Amino acid sequence: MPHMLRFLFSRLTKAILVLGVVVVLNFTLIHAAPGDPATVMAGEAGAADQMFVDQLRKQFGLDQPLYVQLGTYVGHILQGDLGYSVRQQRPVADLLLDRLPATVALTMSAFVLALGGGIAMGLLAAVNVGKWSDSAITVVALLSYATPIYWVGLMLVLVFSVNLGWFPAFGYESIGAGKEGLARFADILEHMALPVVTLGLFYMAVYTRLTRASALEVSSMDFVKTARAKGQSEWKIVTRHVLRNAILPVLTVAGVQAGQLVGGSILVETVFAWPGLGRLTFDAVLQRDYQVLLGVFFVTSVLVIVFNIITDVLYVLIDPRVEIA
Amino acid sequence: MREPVRFLRRVAVAAAIACTAPILAAPLPAFAAETPVRGGTLTAIIQPEPPLLVMGLNQQAPTQTVAGKIYESLLTYNFDLSPRPSLAKSWEVSDDGLTYTFHLQTGVTWHDGAPFSADDVLFTFKTFLPETHPRARALFGRAESITAPDANTVVIKLKEPFPAFLQGFEVSTTPIMPKHIYAGTDFRTNPKNATPIGTGPFMFDKWEKGSFIHLVANPHYWQAGKPYLKDIYFKIIPDAASRALALENGDVMQSQYNDIEPFDVARLAKLPNLTMTKKGYEFVAPLMWLELNTRVAPLNDKRFRQAMMYALDRKFIRDKIWFGLGRIATGPINSVTKYYDGDVKKYDYDPKKAIKLLEEMGLKPDSDGVRATVKFMPLPYGETWQRLGEYVKQAMGKVGVKIELESTDAAGWGKREANWDFDITSDFLYQYADPSIGVSRTYISSNIRKGVMFSNTMGYSNPEVDKLFETAAKENDPKLRQEDYSRLQKLIVEDVPVAWLLEMEFPTILNKRVHNAITTAIGVNETYADAWVSPK
Repeated sequence: MPHMLRFLFSRLTKAILVLGVVVVLNFTLIHAAPGDPATVMAGEAGAADQMFVDQLRKQFGLDQPLYVQLGTYVGHILQGDLGYSVRQQRPVADLLLDRLPATVALTMSAFVLALGGGIAMGLLAAVNVGKWSDSAITVVALLSYATPIYWVGLMLVLVFSVNLGWFPAFGYESIGAGKEGLARFADILEHMALPVVTLGLFYMAVYTRLTRASALEVSSMDFVKTARAKGQSEWKIVTRHVLRNAILPVLTVAGVQAGQLVGGSILVETVFAWPGLGRLTFDAVLQRDYQVLLGVFFVTSVLVIVFNIITDVLYVLIDPRVEIA
Repeated sequence: MREPVRFLRRVAVAAAIACTAPILAAPLPAFAAETPVRGGTLTAIIQPEPPLLVMGLNQQAPTQTVAGKIYESLLTYNFDLSPRPSLAKSWEVSDDGLTYTFHLQTGVTWHDGAPFSADDVLFTFKTFLPETHPRARALFGRAESITAPDANTVVIKLKEPFPAFLQGFEVSTTPIMPKHIYAGTDFRTNPKNATPIGTGPFMFDKWEKGSFIHLVANPHYWQAGKPYLKDIYFKIIPDAASRALALENGDVMQSQYNDIEPFDVARLAKLPNLTMTKKGYEFVAPLMWLELNTRVAPLNDKRFRQAMMYALDRKFIRDKIWFGLGRIATGPINSVTKYYDGDVKKYDYDPKKAIKLLEEMGLKPDSDGVRATVKFMPLPYGETWQRLGEYVKQAMGKVGVKIELESTDAAGWGKREANWDFDITSDFLYQYADPSIGVSRTYISSNIRKGVMFSNTMGYSNPEVDKLFETAAKENDPKLRQEDYSRLQKLIVEDVPVAWLLEMEFPTILNKRVHNAITTAIGVNETYADAWVSPK
């Protein structure tokens, strides 16, 4: 286990360096976009004079030179302070925490659905390669992958909400219903159905195709033939020999995506009026709400790094041949 | 020969029914339903999500719709823009047009229980709004003194006559703010901004960011017995197609402004559970135009700008891009705004005239048929505005003017518009009931101010127009005022500093269960003290 500790330590040191670069880069890039929050707010007000814009700039701290703003920001980050959104009049950390549960509920469910479903379907297709079930799975996967995600969302709403009335169309929970405990949980689950399926379908397609390709490659290898020759049951061949080897590339992709998923899905959150991080980010871009945007980027960067480390550790657990260094 | 008999009999029956109907109908539920039902819940779309709900600090359109239920102003306005009481129960204007006296309602309290008085009005007009609100700043800059002879009276003396002054007391221009909460604090960072306190019929209850805003009835509202609604939910639905679906399946009962894309409006308006009205936007009276930067050749030549007016088929724009929403604009003043005069030069669609003007300027087509190239930066407000850009490109192409479309987002657009960094851009401005408030700002040369959005960004300057705007603003006699405004409308229409396209009409789509919602010229921004929802 000292290996593992040394590995984690070196990865964390590197991670901190990377984060530093990310923070500075994000800051510079964001400020390179034309316009600033004061312009946006003046535009939204529909009338403005110089004093209005100047007051806002001062309030946002935009009257300071850029390097001073950067210094202030980095200083805050070092103290664990993500800053304050003047536009929304709330600390950025609060804004992010508000949105986090909805985002995690949506993306993690979609992720589990996608990963579980994708691996199962991919494996099924690989086992039945060339048969109708393989073709069916391949076609469905291709369709889900190629169809624009917002269109799938709208169609699901049209069919299951407007026409059939099975699921609520929008939002995170029934507003004003005053539900508590289990009833509230069930209500949230109902609301989650359509967005989770919409988002999950897309990723499921990715994992299905990956698993199928990878499993096909593995199943023609010598050790699979050996297993078959020694009379191993087909089920065990597939689960123990094929799957365990075929899953590594899927894991790589999943690891990267898991980190990004926490950033939310702008499209799905927009279509389903889901109060998650993706929309917070999108609005912040349009409103040039620098602090919120930097906060989201920072949190997402941290999570991507964390998930990468987790993926590396998982490799070792699944495939003993992989060594950490 | 039996036909006439049957006809006569039918007439007789109809007449009998007509006579007895009122008597019969009185006790029927269909008739009874017209008396307000208490305790209903209204759900409305709110989009985009407002940054905060303190009207004195933020006057974005969605803020106005929500905060208009929380805060009140001295007056509100009928559809014909005549003032009617709100927090002021009556008012007088002196004959010289210099003194405005407002008598306030009695028994008004703030949502936290503190009593409301003329002190709050003074604080709002003298301290709060001049600090935070550009439009109010301009309005009260005209006042010489603002005083309160007693707790229920406010007297404003002006430096010089400004007859449009009475149009300045609508809730988004001059919302009355609570003195006991804000006096002596930094208004923008006051912690109470998160829980706005007003005098209106609805009180702030809860705001789940990204999800909904909840307002509840104010039990101590000064209009006894009102509001009828128990509460209001404003739901944030960011996607236009989803908003249409939400109206369709009854998830929400109200949409306003451009919540619904024009191509969806006609379809929704025909659904059995919905109804659509274009009323309630008379106060803002938005006018849409192409802003033409008169500093840039060939836009600096009046003939080129006139050619654009001839080359654009504004009927097509209205019918095919805005799907019939809007009236074709004749000039700088919206026909529902005061002092409109339609007797001006007409620019009917006529590409031949456009080509003639371009020829006159000496703009000959090159080997590709291009006479001139100009850039066009469409307003980044969604699909419809993008389509307008594409149409302008096509229509101008037909007369040999090549349009290069530039894309941007709201922040980038604002920066470039304010700093004159464009050739042509599309835009729409509110007129706020009177030309001296919402119209002159676009055309007077003293308002050419770099870095300020919605100013005279075209750089248009006509000394005669300047002078007419100035005298008209001070003229107490409505007749003489009309003369000035008629004259300047003719002049501006000849100069074409902007290419007027449409007087925009916004659809308010309501569920048929919603009653008495749109009752004034400020439409959805009204307090909704009278609105009610009938049971399912």
